[in-house]
Amino acid sequence: MAKLIAAAKKEGTLNVIALPPTWANYGNIIKAFTTKYGIKVNSANPDGTSQQEVNAIKQENGTAAAPDVVDVGQAVALVNTTLFAPYEVSTWTSIPATQKQSSGLWYEDYGGYMAVGYSSKFGTITSLNQLLGPKFKNAVALNGNPTSANAALNGVMMANLAEGGTAGSIAKGVAFFHKLKTAGNFSPVSATGASIKAGTTPVVFNWDYLNLPTYVGVSNWKVFVPSNAVLGGYYAQAINKNAPHPAAARLWEEFLYSQGAGGGQNLWLQGGARPVEEAAMTSGKTIDAAAAAKLPPVSGTPVFLTQAQNTAAANYLAANWAKAIG
Amino acid sequence: MAAIASLGESGLATPAERPRGMQVRRRRRLNVFRYLVFTVFGLFFLLPLLATARFSLEGNRLGSWSLAAWKEIATYKGPPPLLPAIEIQLELAVATCVVVLVLLVPTMVWIRLRVQWISRVFEFLCLLPLTIPAIILVVGLAPIYNFIRHYQLSALTLFFAYVILALPYAYRALSAGLNAIDVTTISEAARSLGASWFTVIARVIVPNMGQAILNAMVLASALVLGEFTVAYLLLYNNLPVELFSISRNTPNASVIFSTSLASLLFAFALLLILSYAGRRRHRGRG
Amino acid sequence: MAVVTATETGVRPSRAGRRPSIPGWVGTVPFLAYVGVFLLLPAGIVIVDALKNSSGGWQFSAITELGNPLVRGYFIGSLKLCVITSVSGAVFGAILAYAVASGNPDGVVRRMYLAGSGVLAQSGGITLAFAFQALLGPVGLLFHASWFYDFPWGISLIYAYFQIPLMVLVFMPAIDGLKVQWREASENLGASAWQYWRHVGGPLLAPAFLGSTLLLFANGLSAFATIEAWESQVAYTVPQQISISLSSEVGLSNINYADVLALGMMIMVVVIMTGYALLQRRASRWLR
Repeated sequence: MAKLIAAAKKEGTLNVIALPPTWANYGNIIKAFTTKYGIKVNSANPDGTSQQEVNAIKQENGTAAAPDVVDVGQAVALVNTTLFAPYEVSTWTSIPATQKQSSGLWYEDYGGYMAVGYSSKFGTITSLNQLLGPKFKNAVALNGNPTSANAALNGVMMANLAEGGTAGSIAKGVAFFHKLKTAGNFSPVSATGASIKAGTTPVVFNWDYLNLPTYVGVSNWKVFVPSNAVLGGYYAQAINKNAPHPAAARLWEEFLYSQGAGGGQNLWLQGGARPVEEAAMTSGKTIDAAAAAKLPPVSGTPVFLTQAQNTAAANYLAANWAKAIG
Repeated sequence: MAAIASLGESGLATPAERPRGMQVRRRRRLNVFRYLVFTVFGLFFLLPLLATARFSLEGNRLGSWSLAAWKEIATYKGPPPLLPAIEIQLELAVATCVVVLVLLVPTMVWIRLRVQWISRVFEFLCLLPLTIPAIILVVGLAPIYNFIRHYQLSALTLFFAYVILALPYAYRALSAGLNAIDVTTISEAARSLGASWFTVIARVIVPNMGQAILNAMVLASALVLGEFTVAYLLLYNNLPVELFSISRNTPNASVIFSTSLASLLFAFALLLILSYAGRRRHRGRG
Repeated sequence: MAVVTATETGVRPSRAGRRPSIPGWVGTVPFLAYVGVFLLLPAGIVIVDALKNSSGGWQFSAITELGNPLVRGYFIGSLKLCVITSVSGAVFGAILAYAVASGNPDGVVRRMYLAGSGVLAQSGGITLAFAFQALLGPVGLLFHASWFYDFPWGISLIYAYFQIPLMVLVFMPAIDGLKVQWREASENLGASAWQYWRHVGGPLLAPAFLGSTLLLFANGLSAFATIEAWESQVAYTVPQQISISLSSEVGLSNINYADVLALGMMIMVVVIMTGYALLQRRASRWLR
């Protein structure tokens, strides 16, 4: 470890990509890393998607600006393993076996459950069917386009589960949004902090850690996860095989998976996301209990999409989404 | 002018009176038209700007006012800091303007005079950059930029791409100006008086295209000052990208409005200064 | 040709002997070289990528993708949007350009319109779409326009915001080129304003007008940040679908598909330009 720190300090820089500062507390994580090790972090393209991160690896290959590490959605990690370098962090055993690739090419980092965030002016929402009512005209929005954005696809899938569908077929979810659209309640605008603040999108389907009032920037924001539709999703870390700063990249991973009070896992927890080593940290008492208590309560068994289910959903959406919404 | 006046004189009571009366009436009608047009269009362009300004002054709750979004820009220390980004942006604008003009003006004059058959191909090439969306252009440009990157990491190398992006606009403005002057005649006149090609272009044609060249420079500079997508996707750090990072680095959603407005005002001020560099014109309007 | 005339009158500059030996197109070499490296090469890379399959072999079946009804829908959407915004932008822009050009050539108004048009012509993207949403959207400050999210009306209004200033900038030099003597001559001959525009001013401006309209068309074609911010749930235009194909993180990313769509866009422009060239030939017939 000491040798790794020395080598990383010698490199002096780390290139990261697509890490919005307000997403799962990344702003503070980057600052903490720089303060601790004195390594400068270049954060490029904060609004990029997972696919763009991988595109950047391919396009910038061999240059000093190529990303060293990526934080991508499951689907993207699984198909791009040829770009990654295997690495096992020192806390490798704390990561559940189902949440990492066996030879260390990728490993999940944090996740959350799909939730509905809404302005308190609507009262309290306990069921998705309430969203079909007249007071939600032009109000309900997704985070992106489901044929393109991971968060949006999971939003539709969550509606699917709430409407009685299964993880294997997203048809009921698309039908629900079609009903929203016919009722005039669906907003075609992608929800962003600005649109929420302006009142253009007062109801948003998004990951629970992105539906925090502090993230959203509006004080009267409430969140609910339907009890019969607990859909979880984790993101994954990977190191670029041809990283311009390989030692800094590995040190970054070590930092992210460290379980100390100021370590990556707890910092993510403070951002409202569930760290992947949560189980190990709870039993090892290294978890930030106060932050853990603030997570929105979930009842029911969480569902995680498999690769096959993800692909089936994406294909169904590609064929039917535009028709349902257009 | 004299010949035309004499044509009209024959059938008129007082040649001086009739045209002047008509001209006064016409001038009045023209002014009414102008003020109407300015008002209607002025409203259309101002309203969204006002809406943006309103949002940039928004506080934490809808309906409140706050200067926080503007203070964010003023107090931004980096990394990377704002002032060098502004410098680089200005240098990029100058470099792009110069290269675009040097590349386009002589070539366009030459084509019009000597190789007219190429003009359609030329026009197509000058329109091509617009038909390729920036996201695709980046896919094609990335290998070339990687090659350049091995020698130079500064954002200044972006001007290679910016010249291409500015081509369609500059070409169209210059073409309109070139059409309005009789290039063949005046260049032949100059040549027959012993001028070299350089003199013909620099001292005969260019002064006659003053307005068009100015417009082309305005378009190219405006493009550079506001260009975001290519720099962003190629992972360079120019002013709009920086302003965008500022807006992402703060949880205050209003900052994206204040940064956009700041960027617009900055470009406007610069272009206004540029327009004063335009030549004085002595012609009246018709 | 003018060159021959000069020789015949016997007035010859001392350099004359050198001229005919250099072929004309050589003068265009610097331009072609620059454009070759920074434009044609990237475009070529995109085209080649469109025709290759994932293992690197040639695959012309990608072109048949362009016949797919879904893809046709994207192109028709782009076409509709571009035609509406280019024609309306050209007409309104020409009117505004005339109003500006007919004022004091050194005045403050003209300079401010020049600078303002420059800035607005390149504006667009998230803030513009947002400002219009704030004015005319569901919680609009002005009023709620029920057609705001209808394609292509809502987005055409937003596009007009930068198409009109662009027209002003590229068309104004042409209006400046209308000599005041021509207007006075036509008036002295008894023509009304309408007759002047119909027979003198209009035909003189027609080539520049057509060219500017073409520019506006191409300008609207590849813009996508604005329409993405206006609405992003359905891909109406080709650039939107290209963006999805390049950056989709749910597994629908397909760079090959994106390249094919880009190739389709280039083909579309070639077709449009051919029609434009024919129109131009007709419009400037009497000028030659």
